[in-house]
Amino acid sequence: MSDYVELSQLSKIYPTPKGPAIIVKDFNLRIKKGEFVTLIGHSGCGKSTVLSMLAGLNEVTEGVIILAGKELIGPGPDRGIVFQSPCLLPWLTAFQNVMLGVDQVFYTASKAERREITEYYLTVVGLGESMHKRAKELSQGMRQRVGIARAFALKPKMLLLDEPFGMLDALTRIELQQVLLEVWGRTQLTALMVTHDVDEAIFLSDRVVMMTNGPAAEVGDVLNITFPRPRNRTALLEDSEYYHCREHLITFLEERAHHKTKAEPALAH
Amino acid sequence: MAFLELKNVSKGYGLGAKRAEVLHGINLSIAEGEFVAIVGYSGAGKTTLMSLIAGLQRPDTGTVALREEEVKEPSPDRAIVFQNYSLLPWLSVYENVALAVDEVFPSWPREKRQEHILKYIAMVNLTPARDKKPRELSGGMRQRVSVARALAMNPRILLLDEPLSALDALTRATLQDEIERIWESDRKTVVLITNDVDEGILLADRIIPLSAGPRATLGPEVKVDIERPRNRKELNHDPRFKEIRKEVIGYLLGAGGHQKKSLTRKLVLPDVEPEDLSKPRSMMSGRPRRKGEEKSETVEVS
Repeated sequence: MSDYVELSQLSKIYPTPKGPAIIVKDFNLRIKKGEFVTLIGHSGCGKSTVLSMLAGLNEVTEGVIILAGKELIGPGPDRGIVFQSPCLLPWLTAFQNVMLGVDQVFYTASKAERREITEYYLTVVGLGESMHKRAKELSQGMRQRVGIARAFALKPKMLLLDEPFGMLDALTRIELQQVLLEVWGRTQLTALMVTHDVDEAIFLSDRVVMMTNGPAAEVGDVLNITFPRPRNRTALLEDSEYYHCREHLITFLEERAHHKTKAEPALAH
Repeated sequence: MAFLELKNVSKGYGLGAKRAEVLHGINLSIAEGEFVAIVGYSGAGKTTLMSLIAGLQRPDTGTVALREEEVKEPSPDRAIVFQNYSLLPWLSVYENVALAVDEVFPSWPREKRQEHILKYIAMVNLTPARDKKPRELSGGMRQRVSVARALAMNPRILLLDEPLSALDALTRATLQDEIERIWESDRKTVVLITNDVDEGILLADRIIPLSAGPRATLGPEVKVDIERPRNRKELNHDPRFKEIRKEVIGYLLGAGGHQKKSLTRKLVLPDVEPEDLSKPRSMMSGRPRRKGEEKSETVEVS
C-alpha cells in the first residue's frame, strides 16, 4: 500500500542571537492509510514540533509534508486535532462546541444531518446523557471526550493527537484510551499521536517511533506493535510480548535520558 | 493493635436534598511502620480521606483514631505532603523547614534545631540549595523541601497526598526512588494517596483501591509481597507485579469504576462528506457529496 502521509527531510530551525537553534533535523516519516503511529520521546525533544508542523500551526523551515497526495500548507479541517487540553468554549454546551466545527465543514448538509453527526460522535464517546451540559460543568475527563468527538466529527483525512491524555489522572487516562480506541476502530482514521507514556503508545499504536533528545532531534528507533485489534487491555497485560515492547521503549527512553546533552539546555526547547 | 484505625467513616458535603456523600463506610487499619497506598480516580474523595486522617476535617459518622486516641484536630503527629508543595514563597529552603522545626521542638537548643534541619535537608539532597527561595527551584526540588519539612517534624505518621502527580515522568521516578530510600532508613508509617497504580506497587506494602465516587469506599486490598529494594526495570518482568497490577486496575475499571447505565440508543450517522473550506462557497453546488453508505447503529449510552 502506498504512503498516505509523507514527512520528508523535515527541519525546524529558529534563529537566535547565538545562531540558529536546530530543534528538528532531517526528520523522515511515512504513514500508511489507516495506520496509527505514535511519536515517543522526552519533554522538549521536538516531537510536538513535528506534530504542529503537520497540523500547519508551525511553519516548516525545510522539507515537505504531503497528505493524500497534496503538499500541506497551513492549517485546515482535513486534520482533526486533539490537544492536551481540549480548548472548549466554556460558555457553550458540549453539543454546541462540536456543532461549531460541524456547521462549517458540512455547510451543504441539512441542519438535521449536522445535528445527527454531532449527536453520533458525542454519544459514541460516552456523553449521550451529558451533551447539553456547558463545558465548564464537565470534569476534565469529560471535556477531553468532547475534544475527541469534535476531532472525529469533522471527518478529517487524518487525526493528530498531542499528548491527548497528559493532563488526566492515570485511571481516567486508561478509560479514555479505551474510548479513543473504540471510536478510532469505527473509522480507522490515519493517526499520529505524540506521548511520553509507554503503555499508552503500546496500547494504541501500530508503530511507535522513538525520537532522540533535541536539539536536532531525529528518529532514533522504531518498534512495530503487532497485537491484533480490537485490543483488550486485560488480555494485553497477560501477554509476555507486551512486556517486551514495554522494556524496549523504557530502555530507549532511559538511555536517552542519561545521554542528555547539557551543553546548550536553553536551546533544547 | 492497629496504629491508625478508621471505623465506618463517612463524609459528605451540602445540606438536605443537595447533600452529596463523598466517602461511605470506610474501614481501614494500618500497622506501625507500614507503607500503605490508596489508589483511586481524581474526584473520588482521596483528598477528603486524607483530610480526615490529618484532622483537618471531622467525619460525619465513624471515628478516626491514632494509637487508640481519637483524631479531633490537626497535629504535628501527622505530617502531610501536598501535591502543590505549600511552601512559603518568601522563605528559603532552610527557613521553610525551620518554621516547622521551631514550632514542634521549641524547647530544643538552637544548635540542636539547626543540626536537625540540616540533617533533613541533606536527606532529600538539597544541601546545595538550602538558601534558595522556592521560586528558584524546580517542581521536583520544591516537593523535596516539602518532604524534608514533613519528616523533620518527626511525625508518627507521614501522609503523602498525590505528592508526585504534578511532576513529569522522569522527576517522578527519581523522587519515587528517594521516597523508597528514605522510608527504608527510618520506617515511618506512611499513607500514600495516588492515582498511579505502578507507583503504589513500587513503594507500598499494601495497596487499597478507592472506588469512583460518589459514595466512594475502599475496595479489596492487595498485598505487595515483592522483595525490597524494588527495581522499576526488574519489576516489569516480575509475574507478581503483573498480577497485582491486573488486580488493582481490574477492580478500578470494573466493580470500583464509574457506574455505567445500560441504556441503549439508536443512532444514525448521515452519509455526507466534508466540504473543502479553502474554496469559496459560491463555487460549491450547494448539495453535499454522498458516498451511499449511511450508517445506523445502536450504541450503549453511559
